[in-house]
Amino acid sequence: MIEALNGQTENLTADVLIIGGGTAGCMAAVEIKENNPELDVLIVEKADIERSGCLAAGMNAINLYLHPGETPDSFVKFARREAVGVLREDLVHSLAKEVNNVVHRVEGWGLPILKDEDGTPAKRGRWNLKIMGERLKPIIAEAAETSGARILNRVNVISLLKEGGRVVGASGLGVRDGKFYSITAKATIVTTGGASGIYRPNNPGSAHHKIWYSPFNTGAGYAMGLRAGAEMTSFEMRFVALRTKDSIAPTGTLALGYNAPQVNAKGERYMQKRFSGVGGEGAPTCYRVYGPIREIQEGRGPCYMDTTHLDDKQVKNLKTDYLNMYPDLVLYWAANHIDPATEPIELGATEPYIVGGHCQSGYWIDVGRRTTTPGLYAAGDVAGGAPYKFVSGCWAEAVIAARSAVEDIEGQPMPQVSEHYTTGLRESAIRPFCHWEMRGDGILPAEMEERLQKVMDEYAGGASVFYELNDERLDRCLEQLDRLKEQQEFLAARDPHELMLAHEVIDRILVAEAVTRHLLHRKETRWPGFQTRLDYPKRDDTNWLKFVNSRLDPTTEIFEMVERPMVDLETLEGAPVSMGWPG
Amino acid sequence: MSIIIDRVKCFGCVGLMGEARCTKACPGDLILLNEEIRAELREPRDCWDCMACVKACPATAIECRLAYVVADYRAALAPKVRDNQIEWTVTDQAGNKETFILDTQNP
Ligand SMILES: Cc1cc2nc3c(=O)[nH]c(=O)nc-3n(C[C@H](O)[C@H](O)[C@H](O)COP(=O)(O)OP(=O)(O)OC[C@H]3O[C@@H](n4cnc5c(N)ncnc54)[C@H](O)[C@@H]3O)c2cc1C
Repeated sequence: MIEALNGQTENLTADVLIIGGGTAGCMAAVEIKENNPELDVLIVEKADIERSGCLAAGMNAINLYLHPGETPDSFVKFARREAVGVLREDLVHSLAKEVNNVVHRVEGWGLPILKDEDGTPAKRGRWNLKIMGERLKPIIAEAAETSGARILNRVNVISLLKEGGRVVGASGLGVRDGKFYSITAKATIVTTGGASGIYRPNNPGSAHHKIWYSPFNTGAGYAMGLRAGAEMTSFEMRFVALRTKDSIAPTGTLALGYNAPQVNAKGERYMQKRFSGVGGEGAPTCYRVYGPIREIQEGRGPCYMDTTHLDDKQVKNLKTDYLNMYPDLVLYWAANHIDPATEPIELGATEPYIVGGHCQSGYWIDVGRRTTTPGLYAAGDVAGGAPYKFVSGCWAEAVIAARSAVEDIEGQPMPQVSEHYTTGLRESAIRPFCHWEMRGDGILPAEMEERLQKVMDEYAGGASVFYELNDERLDRCLEQLDRLKEQQEFLAARDPHELMLAHEVIDRILVAEAVTRHLLHRKETRWPGFQTRLDYPKRDDTNWLKFVNSRLDPTTEIFEMVERPMVDLETLEGAPVSMGWPG
Repeated sequence: MSIIIDRVKCFGCVGLMGEARCTKACPGDLILLNEEIRAELREPRDCWDCMACVKACPATAIECRLAYVVADYRAALAPKVRDNQIEWTVTDQAGNKETFILDTQNP
């Protein structure tokens, strides 16, 4: 049974509503309460903030920190090269200014940061520092709890509430009791992370969730924003991650922490040999995954990261690093007799993820992290335009969004929504459950998810087609996605948990459509590996050094695309970036 | 995949919150308490192998097992959580053990 069936709604209010109590959401709550303890802050989280989101297993590095000698400007320059020229330099610069402060704030809450003998944080690569982060998420969750913010765990947010063109809160369902919540708020900050599960995962069946990005970040924030008419950017800059094969653990630890180069089956260091023009081993991230994809396509795979120079002590340290972030890799090595000191570690490329913290897919926002829909703010992996922000950049954005929200709501009254409106939302939220109750049949969320992933993999450049794209296959993809959208009325959910899964697949299908439309729109190859066009194989700076943005037309709910100019700090000269939809 | 829950060791640690440690920890809402108030995994294939529940269990009743499609039978990785530290023991197929004691929080 689900509680919402009896027609009841739990109505809540908050000065600031935070959707998603992950790392950014918790940080936003702390910042608001520190700014103004009087404000009523409510975090709504589909899991439990103790271990929710990307940080569930822990973390071994903070990947954005300005070590002595670096500045926000030097980071912008680095990010520009990594992003192959397209990025919002205003956003990157603004978060880089905050990043060291937030890192030391979290250190003050108890996070162990490894230090050199002189007391400065130990470097792991140019922008990274090493942490003992197994408890990073519980530490941040505790800070959110003690800040005085209210926390509502195990409620899956489904829709934003809108009133007169403004976002005025959100609605969702309890994932264990099926209770319907309607929450009105003066400001709403969305921090739901990015999207996994859009494409068919590397591993089949019982290992289908053996993926890198959190399988429980399902693109809800993107989908609810699109449905509320918010503008999105750069969904075509997919993140295909270079990972250890099968176990799908991050390889930055090996490359930056242990100087392990990439080698192919012939022992060649192919990045140096074939990609020296773009920086070899230090090429932008997309090339570092494109390299091994090409090696394998051209018959020189498997590819590896060569760890055989490590001694026993280094291997022990390496295992320590993974235990802090991705413990099951250590289990994987134990199970499969792998000793990194005697054999290199095989590499693989993952299925594409949509994520604003590594790449830059997400909400189009101003420097204050305001979205194009008044009342709604975005931070972290769900926010677009600022690639390579990682965990610490997500905190920085959360702090910025929190400050904007506090500033903007001053003197604002609590918004109201009609009962008629929330009743409609409740009825559509529980539809898959009602379908099952009435018919005892239908399409289960897991089935629809599998079909979506097959379609995306085959037609929109998944792993099985080496991530390659062309117009005709993308058109075919859109046809298939239309069919899936039509079929959504047959979605069936047998309990509240499965009802959450039903909404996850509905969200993923909308995100998949956005991804496909963005991929179709960009007629060049800007990020080989992430976005490899067979029909437009070259980079075209004359025509495409710009953003591809989209939104759903508020009346027709059809996707509209727009191109926005590249934002570099020099030409911007302090003027704000355009937020209004043209025409 | 996934975790294996020892039905004998699990004692259904429902505290004041009315929730067991593992059901609270799971980021995917995959663990529930059955009628005998014992932890049960809802859907093994949906587990992310993040080990949040394994660390949280006060009875060391939960073991993480990788899916056979990617890993040989059988090795083990067991955490013991203490104040500000975690102790990991990894056992390979041949029974060789390796132990790691790591800081998790500044005292
Ligand atoms: C395995 C892994 C390892 C990483 N390692 C590092 C590292 O070592 N260093 C580093 O700097 N970065 C690392 N990153 C990147 C970093 O973790 C992310 O960029 C960061 O966590 C994103 O923060 P976020 O708050 O946007 O998302 P998250 O922290 O994932 O939080 C999103 C939250 O929203 C909740 N949510 C989602 N949908 C809904 C909904 N509909 N209703 C309610 N709640 C919802 C989720 O449950 C989750 O709690 C890693 C990422 C992964 C996946």
